[in-house]
Amino acid sequence: MTAVTTSTVTAAPAAAPDERPRTRRRALAPGRRLPAARLAGPLLVLALWAAASAAGRLDPAAIPAPWTVLRTGVHLWTDGTLAGDIATSLQRAGYGFAIGLTAGVVLALASGLSRTGEALIDGTVQLNRAIPTLGLIPLFILWLGIGETFKIAIIAIVVYIPIYLNTHAALAGIDHRFVELAEVQGLSRARFVREVVVPGALPGFFVGLRLGVTGSWLGLVVLEQINATSGLGYLMFQATNYGQSDVILVGLVVYGIFGLVSDSVVRLVERRVLSWRRTLSS
Amino acid sequence: MAPHTEQLTRPAVRLQGLTRSFDGRTVLDGVDLEIPAGQFVALLGHSGSGKSTLLRAVAGLDHEVTGSGLLTAPERVSVVFQDSRLLPWRRILPNVLLGLDGRGAEERGRAALAEVGLAGRERAWPSELSGGEAQRAALARSLVREPELLLADEPFGALDALTRIRMHALLRELWKRHRPSVLLVTHDVDEAIVLADRVLVLDHGRIGLDLTVDRPHPRSYRDPLLSEYRTELLGALGVVEDTD
Ligand SMILES: Nc1ncnc2c1ncn2[C@@H]1O[C@H](COP(=O)(O)OP(=O)(O)O)[C@@H](O)[C@H]1O
Ligand SMILES: [Mg+2]
Repeated sequence: MTAVTTSTVTAAPAAAPDERPRTRRRALAPGRRLPAARLAGPLLVLALWAAASAAGRLDPAAIPAPWTVLRTGVHLWTDGTLAGDIATSLQRAGYGFAIGLTAGVVLALASGLSRTGEALIDGTVQLNRAIPTLGLIPLFILWLGIGETFKIAIIAIVVYIPIYLNTHAALAGIDHRFVELAEVQGLSRARFVREVVVPGALPGFFVGLRLGVTGSWLGLVVLEQINATSGLGYLMFQATNYGQSDVILVGLVVYGIFGLVSDSVVRLVERRVLSWRRTLSS
Repeated sequence: MAPHTEQLTRPAVRLQGLTRSFDGRTVLDGVDLEIPAGQFVALLGHSGSGKSTLLRAVAGLDHEVTGSGLLTAPERVSVVFQDSRLLPWRRILPNVLLGLDGRGAEERGRAALAEVGLAGRERAWPSELSGGEAQRAALARSLVREPELLLADEPFGALDALTRIRMHALLRELWKRHRPSVLLVTHDVDEAIVLADRVLVLDHGRIGLDLTVDRPHPRSYRDPLLSEYRTELLGALGVVEDTD
């Protein structure tokens, strides 16, 4: 017996070669980062400021020229005033930040990992958050006196709140499927925290960390300008009394450098730690 | 029966009167089932018939579900989910080794990855793998623990048809080499027939049909003898096949 196979599949007529120019899809991600992109904007502002000063368009008593500010800065540095004030300010911010960071992370973990912890902690922090922290200043002065302790305490509170909120939200948002996986794989509780909880909460933690860093500088500036006898803010406050706008600008530049450097450090660490993430910003 | 013979014939999985319900709605209504050690079983059923509920009960994942019945399962159980469920923040090898430690773990992980055809991808991130590759990594993760029972809940449901066929061959081959008992949940009748030596149909909370598929492997989807099984299974599922 011979099997006769009839093919009923007819080949489609050969398609005419496509002669349209190949169009690429529009890329929606912003594309490659420009070199030194984060410096471009500030440099432009600096250039405009210098140009305006050189052209005599700015009142030197209100906005002194960049070179005047630089000269004042060098002068303040060489006579030791600036270095001492910077050290005082950095110490305040540093202690406050370290305490706030620790408190934020520990509280977030305690409240994210146990229902008892959540019941005790979360409501309390939410309440704390509703009160603007800088509004607590009078009360804290009354409690802790007007020394360093109260300043560090206020900065710590300003820092811990965003770190707690964002870390806690990230912990609560950990995909339940990963919890199930950890159970299936027989992970111990400690290992579950290390393999799933901490890495899963890190993106949220970094959002909180950046807000916390910003908050610590903001708190520092406010505290030092209200009532301080040393520190950068005090230096600037004094300068107001003598109409030394160049000194004030030196203080602002230093504050700016603090902010820029600390934010860059956090970004750098974040990019290394969260290298597994591919997002728009990468 | 002498104790040692009982040891030999003891089933890997035994369910007696297994009942599970959600908010008073009974999903499993007294399921009785025994799976001998090393048997490859597929579990079919309509969507919502309780397949996942049964599998999660056997896996011990239903902490907050009300129910009763007796359940015996081996100590080393691995689960493969429909999604590969790789931790996005760990590279492939650490993902495969998740929860495993001791000397030689890393070597075993590498060997398992090689077995599923992923040698050389140890340092890749999960987001860099295709769906099929990710699911193969998930298979490696479940096999590296040398399970006595492998539970799989629609493990190929999210894969394209070509990848699925290759995964079928891979799963069957891995089973032949390691011989765990397998309980494979699927809604795909053909997948059940091609892979399993025994096919169960879950219906109204019980095993409605228990069919032994007695055909040699590897099986072809077009094997005409399999179509009898298909018809019977579709009948049990309440589907009438078009005959033209
Ligand atoms: N956690 C749950 N809470 C409430 N109902 C559930 C839950 N899990 C499953 N069910 C219900 O149980 C039934 C069986 O679900 P499931 O076992 O997932 O079905 P299958 O896997 O066969 O599609 C469905 O009606 C579903 O809605
Ligand atoms: Mg299901």
